[in-house]
Parts: sequence; C-alpha cells; structure tokens
Amino acid sequence: MTHATSLGLDSRKLAFWTFIGSECLLFGSLISTYLIYKGKSLVGPYPPEILDIPFTSFSTFDLLMSSLWMVLALAAVQRGDMKWAKVWLFGTALGGLIFLGGQVYEFSSFVHEGLTLQRNIFGATFFVLTGCHGAHVTVGVIWLLTLWVRALQGKLGPEHAMTVEITGLYWHFVDVVWIVIFTLVYLIQ
Amino acid sequence: MDQGTPAHDHSHPTAGTYIRVATILLIITVVEVGVFYVPAFKPVLVPTLLMLSAVKFTLVVMFYMHLKMDSRFFTFIFGGPLLLASGMMIGLLFLFGVFVLGR
Amino acid sequence: MSASATGLRSWLTTTDHKRIGLLYFWTAFVFFLVGGLEALVIRAQLAGPNGTLVSAEAFNQLFTMHATTMVFLALMPLTAAFFNYIVPLQIGARDVAFPRLNAFSYWVFLLGGLFMNASFLFGAAPDGGWFGYANLTSKQYSPGLNIDFWLLGLQILGIASLAAGFNFIVTILNLRAPGLKMMRLPVFTWMVLVTQFLIITAFPVITVALVLLMFDRFFGTSFYLPAGGGNPVLWQHLFWIFGHPEVYILILPAMGIVSEVLPTFSRKPLFGYTVVVYSGVLIGFMGWGVWSHHMFSVGLGPIADSFFAATTLLIAIPTGVKIFNWIATLWGGQIRFAAAMKFALGFIAMFIIGGLSGVSHAAPPADLQQTDTYYVVAHIHYVLFGGTVFGLFAGMYYWWPKMTGRLLDERLGNWHFWLTFIGMNLAFFPMHFIGLLGMPRRIYTYGPELGVSTMNLVSTIGAFLIGIAALIFVYNMWRTRRHGAVAGDDPWGGATLEWSISSPPPPHNFDVIPTVASRLPRWSATQLKAIPEGAETAAPVHVPAGSWWPLIAASSLPIMATGAIGRMLPVVLAGVAILIVGIYRWAYEPFEA
Repeated sequence: MTHATSLGLDSRKLAFWTFIGSECLLFGSLISTYLIYKGKSLVGPYPPEILDIPFTSFSTFDLLMSSLWMVLALAAVQRGDMKWAKVWLFGTALGGLIFLGGQVYEFSSFVHEGLTLQRNIFGATFFVLTGCHGAHVTVGVIWLLTLWVRALQGKLGPEHAMTVEITGLYWHFVDVVWIVIFTLVYLIQ
Repeated sequence: MDQGTPAHDHSHPTAGTYIRVATILLIITVVEVGVFYVPAFKPVLVPTLLMLSAVKFTLVVMFYMHLKMDSRFFTFIFGGPLLLASGMMIGLLFLFGVFVLGR
Repeated sequence: MSASATGLRSWLTTTDHKRIGLLYFWTAFVFFLVGGLEALVIRAQLAGPNGTLVSAEAFNQLFTMHATTMVFLALMPLTAAFFNYIVPLQIGARDVAFPRLNAFSYWVFLLGGLFMNASFLFGAAPDGGWFGYANLTSKQYSPGLNIDFWLLGLQILGIASLAAGFNFIVTILNLRAPGLKMMRLPVFTWMVLVTQFLIITAFPVITVALVLLMFDRFFGTSFYLPAGGGNPVLWQHLFWIFGHPEVYILILPAMGIVSEVLPTFSRKPLFGYTVVVYSGVLIGFMGWGVWSHHMFSVGLGPIADSFFAATTLLIAIPTGVKIFNWIATLWGGQIRFAAAMKFALGFIAMFIIGGLSGVSHAAPPADLQQTDTYYVVAHIHYVLFGGTVFGLFAGMYYWWPKMTGRLLDERLGNWHFWLTFIGMNLAFFPMHFIGLLGMPRRIYTYGPELGVSTMNLVSTIGAFLIGIAALIFVYNMWRTRRHGAVAGDDPWGGATLEWSISSPPPPHNFDVIPTVASRLPRWSATQLKAIPEGAETAAPVHVPAGSWWPLIAASSLPIMATGAIGRMLPVVLAGVAILIVGIYRWAYEPFEA
C-alpha cells in the first residue's frame, strides 16, 4: 500500500477518518435522542436515584488510561520497540475489558434496581446509548487483542505502524464519545 | 496536486507529550467530578461541565488522534461531519423545546 | 489472471469496478422494472373510482414497496452503477481505492434487496409507507412481519451505501491521475463526491431511527410510543434529517450526468464550471438544514416554520444557478439531438416543473393544503422521475457504448424518449390537480363524487405509456447485444478521460496512467498527445485476483436479519460468526490492490 496518492495521504487512514466523521452522526443522533427524552420518564427510577458517579468516574479514568497506553503502543511500534508495543497493546485491551466489566456490573445492578429497557424512557435511551458505546468498545477490544496476538506471533512490526495508528484512531474516538457521554448523561443530570 | 508519497514522516509527539496530555486529562476529570459535588457551582454547573468536556475532547483529538500535526485535510473530514452532528443536535433540542429562547 | 476470466466464479469473486458496476446496473435495473410493475398495479387500481383490483392491504404493500424499491433498490444503485463504472475511468485510476470493499457493498445491496422482497413470499411486504411514520409502525398497529422486513432490510441496505461512501470519497480524493486537480474533475465525479458525503452523514441517522424502531418492536421499548413516554414526532425528525439529504443523494448524480452530456452534445464546455461545482456543494450542504419542511403539518410553531421555510427557499438559488448554467451551455452550441441529449434536455424541463412545485411546498400555509395529497406525489415524480430517471437514461445512452462496446439504437431511443416524456407528463401532471382537489395520497380507492375520475384515468394511461417505453428500452438493450453499431473508443467526441481508452476498457483500464493538464483533456489540442491511446504497455499491469470474502461477509447480514425475523437467536449468532470469520479472512488474505 505504498502507491502514490493524490493527496499524499494514506488511503486507509483517509477512509477511516471519513468513517469517524460518519460515526459522529451516529452518536449525535443517539445523544440527541437521550437529551430530548430527558425528564420525560413517566415512572422511576430516575437518573439521580440510580447513576453511580464515583463508580463511573473510575470507568472514565480507566478508559482515559487505556487511551494513554494506546498512544504509547503506537509510539513503541513506530520506533520498532516491539517488546513494549506488546505490553502497551495488551494494556490498552485490558483497559477496555475492565471498562466493559464495569458496564456489565452497572447494567446488571440497574436492572436489579428496577431500571430496564422497558421500564421507562430513561432506561430505553440510557441502555441504547451506552450499550451502543459498549458495543464499540467490544469491537475495539477484539481488534486490539488481534494486534496483540499478531505481535506475539512476530507478525506485527514497524511496517504495520499505520495499522496500529488506525486502531488507535478508533480507540481514541470511542474514548472521546465516552467523554461526551460522561458529561451529558452522568454529570449533567 | 503533485504526486506525493503517503506522509509517514509527519512528526508524532513523543511519549513525554502523551503523558503530559494524559495528566491534564486526568486533572480535568477530577475537576469535573469535584465540581459535580460542590453545591456552590450549581448555577454554573452545566456550562462549566460542557466547557471542561469540550477541552478534553479537543485534547484527545488534537494530540492522541494527531490532528494537531497531521494533514489539515483530516481535520476537515472529521470537523465537517462533527459540525453537522452538532448542528443537528442543537436544532433537535430547540425543536423539542429542551432549549427555550429568552429564559 | 482471473480478472479477465469468465464464468460464474469470476463474477462472484470479482473486485473489478467495471464488473461490479455492471452487476449494480443489472440488479438495479431488474428492481427498477419490479418497482415499475408495482406502480402499474397501483395505477390500474386507481384508473377508475371504487377500484377493486387489489385489496386495501395489498395496496398499502404496493405503494410502500414501490417507493422503497425505487429509492433504495433502483435509483440509488443505478447511480452507484455509474459511480462504479465511470468514476475510476474519469479520474484515470485502475480501480477504486478498496476493491474488495466495493464488492462487499454490491453483495450487501443485492442480498438486502432480496431480503426486503422476500417479504412478498410471506404475504407480509412492508406496508407502512416509505417513510414509515410512527406509530403506524408500532407493534400495536402493525403486528405482522411487514415492518420487521422493512426496518431490517433498510438497515442492511444502509451498510451497503455507507461502505461504498467511504470507498468513493477516498477514491476520488486520492486516486486522481497526475495533474487532475480537484477543480479539473469532471462535474459528474464532483457530484458523486458530494453525494457520498451526504450518504456517510445521512445514513447513520436513519440507522439510529431504525434501531430505535427495532427496539420498540423487538424488545418492548417506547421510543415512539406516547404511552411509555416516547414521542412519534422524533421518528419524523430523524427520518427527514436523513430523508432530505437522501433526495439530494438521488438527484445530484443525475445533475452530474446531465453536466457531462450537455457539453458533449453541444460541443461546448460546460458554462460556468466552477459555479456549477460550488452550487452542487452548496445544495449538498444546505440539504442538511431543511428537513422540517416535510413536517409543517406537525405544528412545529412559527419560529421553526419560518426557519425551515426560509432555508428551503434559499436552496432554490443554487439549483436555479445550475439550470441557468445548463441552458447557457446550450447557447450557441452545435447541438446534436441524440437520445442521451434528449433525455438530458428533458431532465432540465421536467426538473424545473418539479422544482417549482417544490418551492410551493416551502411556504407553510400552502404546504398545509398540499401535504399528504397527490400534489406531493406529482412533485416527487417530477423531480425523481423527470429528474433522476431522465438523468439516468441520459447516462445509459451516453455511457452504454463505453460499458458494452456497442451503441444503443437511436431510432428506438427516440421512441423511448418521446413515449417516456409524454407518458410521464400524462401520468404526473394531472396529479397536481387531483391533489389540490383533495384526493389524499396512499388511499386505495376514491369515490366518483370527488370529480377526479377522468384525471386519474389519464394518469393511468400515462403510466402505461411509460411502461411501453420501458419495454422498448429493454428491447433496445437486448437488440444491441448483437446488432448494435460498434462504438469504438469515443463515439460522441467526449472531453473526459473515459473516452481515451477502448470500449469496453481492458481490466486494468489504462495501459499508462495519463497526465492531465486541463479540465477537458480530450478537447485541448496540447493534451491529446499527452493521453496515450492504446500505447504499448511498458510492463504487464498487475490486476488483483478476486476474493470470496466480500460475498461471504455480506451473506452474514441477511442471515442475521432472518434470525431476527424468525426470533431465532442461534441464527443471529451464526450470522455474527460468519461476519467475524469473513472479516478476518478478508483482512489477512494476500490481496494486492
């Protein structure tokens, strides 16, 4: 993939940025739906009764750290330091897994407290929005673990820096979406 | 529009920059959660939180996604749809009366 | 080299943009005929008052599937056929940026279309109208499978469009021949680029709208149900935020085709190229700020009504600019009335009528009289049939020799054009009056006392004339296979790069990638030498072998949808597994692009 291109930009990276642009509209629509239906629930539980800020703050911290590991993984791959690349790639994926574990815990405790998809419009919008984000995290974790396994097999080297960079773009975008969700859903109640 | 080779040589920041950005992001997150718990911030809570969130968003996009030093074209291709999405959100919130003019 | 091979296998695994373009064309053309047949049944039912040809339920399915088929399975993929075949040739590329993703788009489109139409086998074709308003689509009012087929089918088709969107944006931006600056791009390619940006921004919104509907129907949420705190108007907003860009997705490619055909058959460069390009970009951008003009009857309040009325009126400006530029292109030109040119001229005339009735919807008080009447049906058919379909026919006559090596017959083309032109005006012009006299759209019959019986009969006669014209075109295509005149490289004297290579082009398109020094490379004398025509190949051009994985990955989507329709979780999971395997094998198979 080293053909000369008209813009002098890597085609895969360009495609990926257009994909991220497209994702903005996807999450924009979901977040709009959440905000439009805010305070429209006919029955409880309502957000302030149920959202656990300290716990979610930890999840936010965890995802932020995993974003840091991701850029460190990229920097390691770019300088050909595959030993550390493996460490950071695994760390990033682990951060994603911890986040997902947190989400499973959060969802199940909400269901336990009576908040389901069907219970009220808050439940519906909350689960669909954060669930869609969680699905994105899941895809990211699978992607990262794939790269990690390739690295363990010795099939990932500095020549694949662009692949790692694109994985990173995806991962950071997922993080950025969480930054928005954390503020709009959890902190502004 | 000359033929160029894919720009592999754009300088990515060093690990030090990445760690500094992470530190700032962490501090902002702590401030966000702090502000949430301080009653005195109640009147300005929403604008404060939105601003802090926007700063975090921008930092990640600029440094971790490299838009600051990468081709301006990527900024354009991401920024265009982002603006559309923001416009759509604001439009929808107005239409559903979440914002009310002159209150 | 498998790209030049024949046989079923070579088509199933092809990644050649030209073959994929042909696959798109034939698939979409068949769907176009299916959608047309549905329209004829609708018109036969409405030929006289108190029609009894079909039941009300069947009628609902017919108009829903007519519109859904035409929009998503016929017109969009027909434009995609030209994107695929022509854009790489116009920009001097050997293929699109991601050939396998391109194949994936096609297979997803085909399978999604088949899935949607499989609903007929269950007697449960979608019946909620093409914009499927909530709460008609709720479980309470549509307990059958009809809406499930619709919402799953549209989600599948959205994936096809999105994947193609990313692919073509990168192709146009990144695979241009040396010297082909953005402002030297053919207008068709420019309009394709704008269209793809609309696709990648608008389709996520309809996807979310459909996912929310899916949750309402499958998991018992209340996104669009007032009883549970939801709001059916949200569906309308999300649908039209997508829906208005969608109509530009349908019209901009046709505008691009016309902007190619008019200069070629006037022997004059397009008048005001820059303005035409920027108008197209502006139309695309402004298309995002007008969606609520589809919803004036909801009662959004004076501020929203005024805002959307104003933005809608503003859009008439860049559109009008384009029309004046096309007319100015003709002025003083050496005009040849070939069939392609006739359809392009017909496009301008019909689109002006459709545009004017569109402006009349922009005024909320007038719109309240027109909403949900045949007046709106008249409008959309003038812009989508008189506009998009005429533009597509112009493109078919224009590029047919490039795609097949043979010219379509001009005499039959003449019949095709005039019958279509007369037929469409007979069919759709009376609908303006039928609507203003008060006949609602989507109603399976009407009484004689409404006073619209004669006009409806005229409309039906017009529709059947269009049907006859379509048959003539089909005959023309069939006849051309053997008896069509051999086209040669450049039968029309076109200005753009696709005419510099043989018809049909070799698998690798260009023996030597041309260097472009002007906007009309084939018309400028200095440029002619620079484009190597049939030059001897310096080195054999490598053409990538085909791949099975796009087809296999694409097959996972209808499997998942089938599992969802049948409420069979294992089938859904099997689909997911196939998708994952497909993606991995795709990502790690040796494939040189």
